[in-house]
Amino acid sequence: MSPYVIFFAAIFTNNIALTYFLGMCPFIAVSRDLKTATGMGIAVIFVMSLTALFAWPVYHWLLVPYHVQYLQLVSFIIIIAALVQVVEMIIERFSPTLYINMGVFLPLITVNCAILGLALFMILRNYSFIQSMAYAVGSGIGWLVVIVAMAGIRTKLVFAKVPKALEGPGITMIIAGLMALGFMGFAGIVNLQ
Amino acid sequence: MIPWTAIVVLSAVAGGLGVVLAVLDRYLGTYGECKIYINDNEPLVVQGGNSVLQYLIDHKIFIPSACGGRATCGFCKLKVLEGGGLVLPTETPFLSKDEIRQGVRLVCQVKVKQDVRLLIPEAYLRVQRFRTQVAAIEDLTHDIKRIVLKLIEPDTIECKPGQYIQFEVPGTNEFRAYSMASPPSWKHAIELIVRLVPGGLCTGYIFNRLQEGDEIYITGPYGEFYLREDSQRDILCVAGGSGVAPIKSIITHLFEQGTTRRVTYFFGARAVKDLYFYRECLELARQHPNFTYIAALSAMDPGDQWEGETGFIHTVIDKRLDSCANMEAYLCGPPVMIDAVIEVLKRKGMSESCIYFDKF
Repeated sequence: MSPYVIFFAAIFTNNIALTYFLGMCPFIAVSRDLKTATGMGIAVIFVMSLTALFAWPVYHWLLVPYHVQYLQLVSFIIIIAALVQVVEMIIERFSPTLYINMGVFLPLITVNCAILGLALFMILRNYSFIQSMAYAVGSGIGWLVVIVAMAGIRTKLVFAKVPKALEGPGITMIIAGLMALGFMGFAGIVNLQ
Repeated sequence: MIPWTAIVVLSAVAGGLGVVLAVLDRYLGTYGECKIYINDNEPLVVQGGNSVLQYLIDHKIFIPSACGGRATCGFCKLKVLEGGGLVLPTETPFLSKDEIRQGVRLVCQVKVKQDVRLLIPEAYLRVQRFRTQVAAIEDLTHDIKRIVLKLIEPDTIECKPGQYIQFEVPGTNEFRAYSMASPPSWKHAIELIVRLVPGGLCTGYIFNRLQEGDEIYITGPYGEFYLREDSQRDILCVAGGSGVAPIKSIITHLFEQGTTRRVTYFFGARAVKDLYFYRECLELARQHPNFTYIAALSAMDPGDQWEGETGFIHTVIDKRLDSCANMEAYLCGPPVMIDAVIEVLKRKGMSESCIYFDKF
């Protein structure tokens, strides 16, 4: 499959947030404000791309030759944890305001299942290095698109009359469900298996 | 069979990433030469990147920090006038709106990335780090120990009755705060009263490892909870559990000075086995007519022989005291006890500004 198709599918038809519901914790918690959501989305693109960049060679050049594929989970987790530290250092250095706004959710990317999901899918689907990179960048952009859309909707939601019991995370989950239904409309174009 | 391949591969992955992080940290985590101006004195010149608290400790300026810089104790509050950046979400739970407006920060959370100007109260600048030796360690009750530390270097301490020190747990970077039970007249040693906290790092060390002759480092003295000596009001002291330490220091100091102020001391414990310094206090009360000692037990063990007061200490105070209008109070113990006692004292006419307390 062409990397372009994978890239497109990762954004729309196989969006990691809306088709697999991965990465929901920061998706719900950091989508209150457009600017912070954008920052978080960019951070996720960065971590996803770096994860693919490191995880693919580690798996194919280190784990497979030595027949220790069963270490993939622990290796990927170590890689992701280290990369999140890198992202944290970069953001703290170059955008302290964004660093403060993201607060605890920045290190939480480490335990973001979207990132681990990406690394595992990439191996499961036997992607080449180029395909993996396309999938990673696409998935990151897909996650950015939906978190920014969600933040946009939530800023409008301030003026809506939401039933008391559904305020905050409750209504956000419902909106996420509706968005997922909307994204299903793309499903006929192409599908990754 | 040991899976050597797996170990080598995993170590290679982790080691490689470690190198990447170390290299990045070298380029991103440092901020060049920064200056820390304290009370407009000559600045401390540091290589930026660490927290203000860490640099102050490096320069032997000891700010209270019971949690060792993790923003969980909220003790290391200082006014940062310039260069502190924005208030972090980790700090907001410990700062009131007023404090934020005045520029008060938790300095364990303020990273030095540029020149910083801050104000440090003179009392903190007098805080020193002491090398000490354990001169005595003994059981007071089944879970409370008394420790005497002899000061070696420097060998004298200037403190006020009621203040506390921080105990450096050997082999770790952790500190724990303990009130001094000794009066300020003990210039060359200090006495601590430590209750065993199940699973506690420092109390675990003290109860299981610490022995006479061991060397221990402490910093101090700290604290705003101390005896107001310029006042002429009668004094009410209330201690619960292991909160006896600062109260003992205050009372011993008062009678060493030959006070004529009336002193009433309420001590709340659970059962007879939790009573300590009981006879000493009764003896003191016998010698000094202006001293009253009342101990109360709240959860006696079956078979306890006790003819004194029973119940929670705030109810006993409520019963035994009439008006508190001309008194000042020093309270030390668990937060629930202190809150309940403050309620009673306010009801009995004590002004809130005359109530000093140390919750732990």
